[in-house]
Amino acid sequence: MIDMTRYSPFSRLSRDDKPIAIAATFILVILSAGTCYTMLRFGSAPLLTPAYLIQQLQIGSFLGIIAAGMMLVILISQIDLSVPWTLAAGAMTATAVGGQWALPAALGVGLFVGLLNGFGVAYLRIPSMIFTLGVNAVMRGLMVAQTGGFAPQTAATDLMRYIAAERTFGIPHAIFVWLAISIGMVVLLRKTTFGRSIYAIGNKEAAAYLSGVATRRVTILAFVMCSVAASLSGVLLAGYATKAYQGMGDAYVLPAIAAVVIGGTNILGGRGRYLGTVIGVILIVLLNSVLSIMEMPEAGRQIIYGLVIISMLLVYGRGEKVAS
Amino acid sequence: MIHPADNAFLSLAGISKRYGGVHALNNVNFQCERGKVHAVLGENGAGKSTLIKIISGVVRPDQGTMVLDGQTVNFLSPSAANAAGIVCIFQELSLMPDLTVSDNISIASPPRKFGLIDSKAQRLRAEELLASIGCEDVNPLMRVRDLPLSRRQMVEIAKALGKNPKILILDEATSALTSTDVEKVYAMLARLKAEGVAILYISHRMHEIEALADNASVFRNGRHIETFAKGARNNEEIVQLMIGREISAHFPPKPAFKRPKPLLEIENLSWENRLDQISLSVGRGEIVGLGGLDGQGQKELLLSLFGVLKRVEGTVKLDGAKQELTSPRVAKRAGGGIALVPEDRKTEGLMLPMSIAENLVLASLDELSTGSLVDEAKVSTAVADAIQRLKIKIGSPDDAVSTLSGGNQQKVVIAKWLMTKPDVILLNDPTRGIDVGTKQEIYRLLRELADEGAAILFYSTDYDELIGSCDRVAIMYDGRIISELEGDAINEKNIVSAALNISGNESKGGAHVGH
Amino acid sequence: MSATKSSDFGLRLRQNMGFAIAVVLFSVVYFLYHLAHPKGFSSQVLVQNSNEVFSLAMLAMAQTVPVLMGGLDLSVGAVMTLVDCLASHVLEGAGWSIFGGIALCLAAGAAAGFVNGCVVVFGRIQPIIATLATGAIYMGLALFLRPIPGGKINEDINWAMTNALGDFAETVGIFDDGKAPWFQFFAGVPTSLVFLVLVAGIIWVPFRRSVTGRTVYAIGSAEGAAFMSGLNIHRGKLAAFTLAGIFAGIGGIFMAIQTSSGNADIPMAGAYTLSSIASVVIGGTSLLGGTGGAIGSIFGTLILKVISFNFRIFDIAPLLQPLFEGLVLLGAVSLGALSILRVKNQLELFR
Repeated sequence: MIDMTRYSPFSRLSRDDKPIAIAATFILVILSAGTCYTMLRFGSAPLLTPAYLIQQLQIGSFLGIIAAGMMLVILISQIDLSVPWTLAAGAMTATAVGGQWALPAALGVGLFVGLLNGFGVAYLRIPSMIFTLGVNAVMRGLMVAQTGGFAPQTAATDLMRYIAAERTFGIPHAIFVWLAISIGMVVLLRKTTFGRSIYAIGNKEAAAYLSGVATRRVTILAFVMCSVAASLSGVLLAGYATKAYQGMGDAYVLPAIAAVVIGGTNILGGRGRYLGTVIGVILIVLLNSVLSIMEMPEAGRQIIYGLVIISMLLVYGRGEKVAS
Repeated sequence: MIHPADNAFLSLAGISKRYGGVHALNNVNFQCERGKVHAVLGENGAGKSTLIKIISGVVRPDQGTMVLDGQTVNFLSPSAANAAGIVCIFQELSLMPDLTVSDNISIASPPRKFGLIDSKAQRLRAEELLASIGCEDVNPLMRVRDLPLSRRQMVEIAKALGKNPKILILDEATSALTSTDVEKVYAMLARLKAEGVAILYISHRMHEIEALADNASVFRNGRHIETFAKGARNNEEIVQLMIGREISAHFPPKPAFKRPKPLLEIENLSWENRLDQISLSVGRGEIVGLGGLDGQGQKELLLSLFGVLKRVEGTVKLDGAKQELTSPRVAKRAGGGIALVPEDRKTEGLMLPMSIAENLVLASLDELSTGSLVDEAKVSTAVADAIQRLKIKIGSPDDAVSTLSGGNQQKVVIAKWLMTKPDVILLNDPTRGIDVGTKQEIYRLLRELADEGAAILFYSTDYDELIGSCDRVAIMYDGRIISELEGDAINEKNIVSAALNISGNESKGGAHVGH
Repeated sequence: MSATKSSDFGLRLRQNMGFAIAVVLFSVVYFLYHLAHPKGFSSQVLVQNSNEVFSLAMLAMAQTVPVLMGGLDLSVGAVMTLVDCLASHVLEGAGWSIFGGIALCLAAGAAAGFVNGCVVVFGRIQPIIATLATGAIYMGLALFLRPIPGGKINEDINWAMTNALGDFAETVGIFDDGKAPWFQFFAGVPTSLVFLVLVAGIIWVPFRRSVTGRTVYAIGSAEGAAFMSGLNIHRGKLAAFTLAGIFAGIGGIFMAIQTSSGNADIPMAGAYTLSSIASVVIGGTSLLGGTGGAIGSIFGTLILKVISFNFRIFDIAPLLQPLFEGLVLLGAVSLGALSILRVKNQLELFR
């Protein structure tokens, strides 16, 4: 084993930490590039103000919650493409039910979708890619049939507004929700038998099964958590936007997957740290924001977005070859 | 050596190959001639497989030269060897299950018309090749996936014939065949022999060797022991050559044989057509070996006891209580607990990229947790204990388990299960591919565990191991236990002859292992 | 001999059950549709349906090839959109410039697919995530070409391609401007349907029968065995993605011709990609690779589309359409999952 990465500043990091360090560095690069731009153009550095950063975190919290759930599913080497309409269904249910039952009803929708996904994948052993795609279509159908294809007229409840948009000590509550979920994720992945089982299944399902891990139960639970996270994010988004609308989740599934992967989680499962997913979310949100400050047209944004994903994976992969 | 290299078609000189610390082949000289069937004999792990892998370009030797038809050759890939006329029929099939039989047979160089595959010509070719080995019953349009194992093996043979071999290597190619098929393969080999093809034939079945071989070479522990012409040695002598006189490992002393009260009782266990009315019991403090040729149902027996197989008939009792073993999770908790050290540590035993500690605790997580929270203090104590007890050589418990040597990896698998403090320990060939030192540690450990009251059922492909470490040995053949040996009756001769089913049942020919 | 012939037919039928079910299902439902349609069994209805199907059918064929190889291409919708936007720039002229434009569009599709293949093969990135990223890049290029929907397509080619063969002949000026008596029998056949059959017959069928095509199937079935058998794995993978790009490109060209414009719509591209996966699965191709084919995927698309046709006819609220599409998809894959009930060694579930 020849250590060819000796001269790289990241060489002494462990395999799971390296992507996180690279992604974090890249965040700094984005911030500095954006600041250079604003300094030259406007003579100010709005990117480095707390207000701006907090606002980015608030926007990031919606994506972050989805990405947390998606990470669980990716860790067991599955994927959940039903997120968009689980999110929208959660939001629409919350606004339609209203009152104190808004939040429980929305989470109930997530629970139901998760159980369905988990059943299809764990018991029928249908590839999650296609099963969740079907569930997404069904959810979309149900929502469209329910609302008549228009944005629902109902509005977010006060509680939803409170959680999603209002602030305490200048910090939006959505960030607290994300923080709480993040702490929960870290505990879950590092400290619980469930977390250990997740990594084991993602690495080698057969070996996990032969070690007496309840592979089906863990798979179902992972899908349930993913769907509940998506519906919760839907509730928050509806609270933030004061209403639910058709297709509100469509723009979130691919960035969520990208955030998880940029954070160093293996798309084939079994490896990755939660901190990486947080970094990945922040990276994507900041990248979007800085590009829009630069008035980068959508075309350029898409291209940069794609190039960032590919080049980061190529960089992570290069270390891999040396390690093996 | 009786045969000088004058008329050798293929000749190997000074070939060595090491895997980690193990010498798979050690300075081997070997020749074979055109128009002869050359049998290669040896126990499991004697180096036969490595020999043919080197000849057929799958692995490259560390040292030595290979001369084919007067030219020094050095194959970089199986296709390079194919191009030189060396074709091997491997035990692990090289067929693509979703493609049809005729697609598979002509996969590398199909007949073409206008640059496209001529499926009619390809089908005719497949029919011809299949007919030449008497396999007209296989429709070339069938998908390989839909064929029983014995037919797949015949397709594999037809595929090899299609490459017009100058040297044809058959590695246990008849192990999955029915006796009628075996006859057809014999006829095909006779034809090829007459055409001047050199044939290397590897088999555990003595009567096949007698019927076919012109010459035979015996390998043992990676060395070429002797080559002799047909009839120069009798069966007994050959078995003796294969076993050798040296004892390759030291075993802890066995206690005086006595039959303890049974802990694990198996009655009339049957599954598909792989397990046939198996009854066996293992008592506390007893190590019972499972022997026999590879693939006679030993693995299935262990898997069925661990809840992996569905719809198993018969009963399994622990301490007299009937068990419904529906999954490993259930088996793990049944009675005083069952543990299985699986066949393939890399895919079934370990999560290679994960750390040693994570692997160690996986089976006993429930015991090491309060509620569903893992108790880190308990975990690190347990991990340290396990590492110490099995003397696993590691840098840090947080290193990936893939960084360990094979022997230490296997120790991690065993340690993982010992942490659950099981009453019944099932082991599926736990010492395969492991250095001698670790083997001895494992034997000692098994004896210790038995002395502490565990019941151990131990499948091994290594006869020495069964003899040295087991209180009793059950030999399996064709899904049945055909012989149970105790005390002094556990010796090479009895095990080998029972495994080859030499006494009686000879008429059955090949064991039937179809799905 | 006839006995073997018929048993061979039975065998092939059993091997392609998913495909056969898709064909029968489509035929029955489509027949009912025409029965119920006030203008049923007319050329006009046929032309309209065929035009609606063409682009998604191409995309489904595109998706089939990487799936057969055991991969997935999440960029097919983006490649189609990119070519659509390119076509809206280069198919304005007349005469030979049209042919040049079409060649350019096809080359662009092929290049996009080839890049996907390179990222997968040489970058060693999983197909799903690699094409997710390249898909974004292609969308960016499409947006660069058409920041807002617009552009123009030669009107003749629009007319010729989106109507019946009779109109095509008249526009192009063959068969006495389509008035030749023998031609009348064919005059009502939709041009886009003819092109769909041509693409399948000229590109897919030969590919399937080439060594490279079979390598794609072999990789999806057992990559290790394919390597041991001396097949060129890299070439197979590159070819699979490149062919996917070509099919997606053809879909994009038609889309531009049909709409007479280019439109870089990100949600639409994503929806097309997902529909292509659904078509592939409904058409009987296994997501694990190795079995199925592009013709099946065309029928998968037809089934998805015929559902929406019937919604229009039977006056069912079109709002229920996505629901039915989803249920059809879930039903199709769940049926395919019944075989796991036969598995008796649970370790086999994990392979």
